[in-house]
Amino acid sequence: MSTDPSTQGNEPSQNGHVHPAHATTPPPPRALPGSGDARRHILVVLVLDRPGVLNRVASLMRARNFNIDSLAVSRTDKEHISRMTLTLHGDDVAVEQAAKQLYRLVDVLKVQDVTAEQVVEHELALIKVRTTDANRAEVIKIVELYKGSIVDVSAESVIVEAHGTEAEIDALVALLRSYGIKESVRTGATVMLRGAGSIEEALKL
Amino acid sequence: MTMTRGEQPASPASEPAPAEAPTRRSHVPADGTANAAAVEQARKAMLHDVRPRKRTRIGADALMEALIRQGADTLFSYPGGVILPIYDILGDYPEIRHILVRHEQGGGHAADGYARASGKVGVCMGTSGPGATNLVTAIATAQLDSVPMVAITGNVPNALIGKDAFQEIDITGITLPMTKHNYLVRSADDIPHVVAEAFYLAAHGRPGPVHIDITKDALQGETTAEHPSLDDVIAGVPGFRPTMDGHPKQLKVAAKEIAQASRPLILAGHGVLIAEAWGELKAFAEKTQIPVAWTLLGIGAIDEEDPLAYGYMGMHGWKHVNRAIQSADLLIAIGMRFDDRVTGSVRTYAPYARIIHADIDPAEIGKNVAVEVPIVGDARNVLEGLTRLVPEVDPATRADYFAQLADWRRESEGSSWHGSGAWKDGLLSADFVVERIGELTNHTATYVADVGQNQMWLARYTKFRRPHSHISSGGLGTMGYSVPAAMGAALGNPEAETWAITGDGGFQMTSQELMTLAVDNIPVKIALLDNKKLGMIRQWQEIIYAGNYHSAHLPGPDFVKLAEAYGVPAFKATTTDEVDDVIRQAQAIDGPALIWFEIAEEQNVFPMMPAGKGLSDLIETWGVTEE
Repeated sequence: MSTDPSTQGNEPSQNGHVHPAHATTPPPPRALPGSGDARRHILVVLVLDRPGVLNRVASLMRARNFNIDSLAVSRTDKEHISRMTLTLHGDDVAVEQAAKQLYRLVDVLKVQDVTAEQVVEHELALIKVRTTDANRAEVIKIVELYKGSIVDVSAESVIVEAHGTEAEIDALVALLRSYGIKESVRTGATVMLRGAGSIEEALKL
Repeated sequence: MTMTRGEQPASPASEPAPAEAPTRRSHVPADGTANAAAVEQARKAMLHDVRPRKRTRIGADALMEALIRQGADTLFSYPGGVILPIYDILGDYPEIRHILVRHEQGGGHAADGYARASGKVGVCMGTSGPGATNLVTAIATAQLDSVPMVAITGNVPNALIGKDAFQEIDITGITLPMTKHNYLVRSADDIPHVVAEAFYLAAHGRPGPVHIDITKDALQGETTAEHPSLDDVIAGVPGFRPTMDGHPKQLKVAAKEIAQASRPLILAGHGVLIAEAWGELKAFAEKTQIPVAWTLLGIGAIDEEDPLAYGYMGMHGWKHVNRAIQSADLLIAIGMRFDDRVTGSVRTYAPYARIIHADIDPAEIGKNVAVEVPIVGDARNVLEGLTRLVPEVDPATRADYFAQLADWRRESEGSSWHGSGAWKDGLLSADFVVERIGELTNHTATYVADVGQNQMWLARYTKFRRPHSHISSGGLGTMGYSVPAAMGAALGNPEAETWAITGDGGFQMTSQELMTLAVDNIPVKIALLDNKKLGMIRQWQEIIYAGNYHSAHLPGPDFVKLAEAYGVPAFKATTTDEVDDVIRQAQAIDGPALIWFEIAEEQNVFPMMPAGKGLSDLIETWGVTEE
C-alpha cells in the first residue's frame, strides 16, 4: 500500500478496482466461469485408438456435466489415431473448460474448437418416410430440392438419404414430418477445416 | 420361429416329428474348440487347480521386476484368489517389503501416505471383486489430492471376463472417472510396458493415481517381454506432455501486475509441495515482500515461523487470512485450485483482487474462479521465472500493509483460540492437545490428519515447519484416512516421528490397521481425540440444523483396551495436566502407541464459514459469550 493516500483516492486504480479503504459502494460480484450465453460449439478431438477411449471421453463429459448433442467417431488415415467430432451447447468458457478437461485424458492428443473457423460441415441422415402413390412424387421433389436422394422405395415408404449441415437436415426433416416419418437415423456432424490447414498434420507426434 | 404377441403356437401334436433330434444350443463354446479349452483352463485356474510351472518367468515376475525398476520398495497389499500367482513368487523379491494390511482400503491409504511423506509413487494391491472395490475409496482420495499412486488389482482369467465369474467386477469401469489413467492387462507380455507407463503417468505433470487391472492368466503366463526404456514409455503416451515452464509472455504480464500491486498476497497450494518448490516460494516471497497464505494441502509450503508466513485460509482458516484475501488487490495463486472450501461463495470472493493463477493443470485455471493472468506450468519453474522478473521490494514500502496484517492477526489469534470455551469448565480441549503434540515433537514430525474437527484443529494449531510434515485427505475428505495413511507415511519417511491425529469416528472406520502396526512394528503414534461425537456433524447440526443432533452421538469402545488387545501400548488423558505426560510416554515407546484423549464433547471449530456464504461471513462464536 502506498504511504501517500492522496495518490489512491477515488479514482479507480489501473486495474479497474477501487481500493477497499476508499470504496464507497461494494464491488460488483465476481463473474462465475461458464455463466455466459450458450451457443452451439463443434469440437474436433483426435485420440489414440485404444480400447475404451470412447468410454473415457463420454464418461468425462457426463461427469463434468457437459451434455453432448452429437458425437461422430471414426478412424483416420493415420495409424492408431481416431477422430471424434463432438457438438455441444455451452458458453465459450464452459466449452473451453470441457476441452481442457478432455486434455487431461492421456489418450487425447488434440482438441480443437472449430466453431469460429471456416469449415465444411456434413452429417448424413437416413429417413424412412411414409408415402403413397399420390404423394411419392411430391416427396421426391422435396428431397431433390435438398440435394438428397431416394435410396429405397417400397409401396408404403421411401428411404431418403440426405447430407448437409445440422440445420439443413433439420429443415428437411421438418418438411418430411408432415408425410409421416417411420424412422430416422443421423450420424451427427462431421467437420473439416476449409483450405489446406489440417488438424491432423498439426499433431506433433 | 417368429411369433407375434397373442398368436398361439401350433400344437406340437399337429406338427410332424423333426427328422433329427434338435441339438441343444448353448453359449458355451463347443467341446474341442480352442475357445472351449481356454474356458476350461480358466475355470480350473479359478479353483487353483493349475499351478504355474515353477521358475519360468511369468507375468507376476515381470510385475515385480517392473516395480523394483521403478524404485518401489514397499507394497501394501492383501491377497486373494486371482493374485495368488503374485503371492507365489513374492518371496523371491526381498527388495520389496510387503505390508500385509488388514483391509484393502487401509492398504490404499497407506500407499497414499507413503507417497505424500516420501514424494515417491506409492503402490498398493488387492485382488479382484471386493478386493478391488475396497481400494476404490483410497484411489479416489489420491485422485482428489493429486497423489502419485499405482494401484494394482487382479482380475479373473481372460476367458471368464464378462461372465460374472466369482469375484469378477468391471473394476476398470469403476476406477475410470477417478484415476489419471487405468489399464486392463490381458497378456503377460504387456505387463512391463504398462507398469512403466503407469509409474510415469502417476508421477509426472499433475500427479495422480493410476490403476492397473491384470487378469490371472496374464499373471501366470510365461513371458520374455523386456522392460521399456524411459524414451519408449514417453513415446507411448504422445497425448501426455505436461507444460512445465510458464509462458514467458504470461510471466511478464504477471511480473507487471506484481510490481503494481499494493496489497498482494500469495496463496500457496499443494502444487508447491509436489513440485518441491518451497525454496523458490521463499525466495519469491522475500524478494517481493509478499505474505504467504496457504490452503489445507499447502501447509508446510512455508515454515510457519517465517516472517512472511501469514496463515491457513478458507472455511475454517484464520480470520485474519480470510480478511487479507477479501481486501487484497492481487492474489498470486500457486499450485492451488480455488476449491469451494477455500473460496466460499465465488461471487463475493476477493472482490478487490486481480488474480494470477499458476497451475500445471490447464483445466484448473478458470474452472472455479475467473482469473486475470493464467500461467500453466510447474510451481517451481513458474516461481523461479517470476522471481527473476520481479523487482526487489523494500519492506518499508509495505509498512502500512504489514501493520494492518499484523493487527488483524493479533486480533484473530486472540479471539479464536479455544473458540468453544470448553476449557473454561476445566475440560480437555482438542486445540490444546494438538498444540502440545506440535510443541513436544519440535514441529518436525509427520502429522497425519483424519477428517472433520480433528483435521481443522490440527491444521490451525499444530504449527508446521517442514514440507510434507502435514498429510490430510483434503479433496475427498475421507474419514478413516489417518491411521492407515500414517502407517504409510511412517514407512515413506522413517526419519520423522509419525503422528496420526484422528477423531473417534474416523478411527473406528479403519482401526483394524492397529494389527498391521503391531505386527510390522510400524512406529505410528495415534492421538485419538474422542468427543464421543461426530464432532463436525454435531457442530453443523448445532449451527445450521437448529440443534437437531440426529446420529451425531457416536459411542465407542474402551480404546485403551482395544489397542492393548491388538498389542499396541495405550494411554489415556482426560485433563489438561496429563497431556504432556502421555505424549512423552507414547514417544518413548519403540513402535506404535495410542493415546486416548477424552476431550470436551461439545467443542466447536471456529471461525466457520457456513456453506454458500463468503469469506467475509465467518461465524466466530456460537452460544457462548466471549470474555
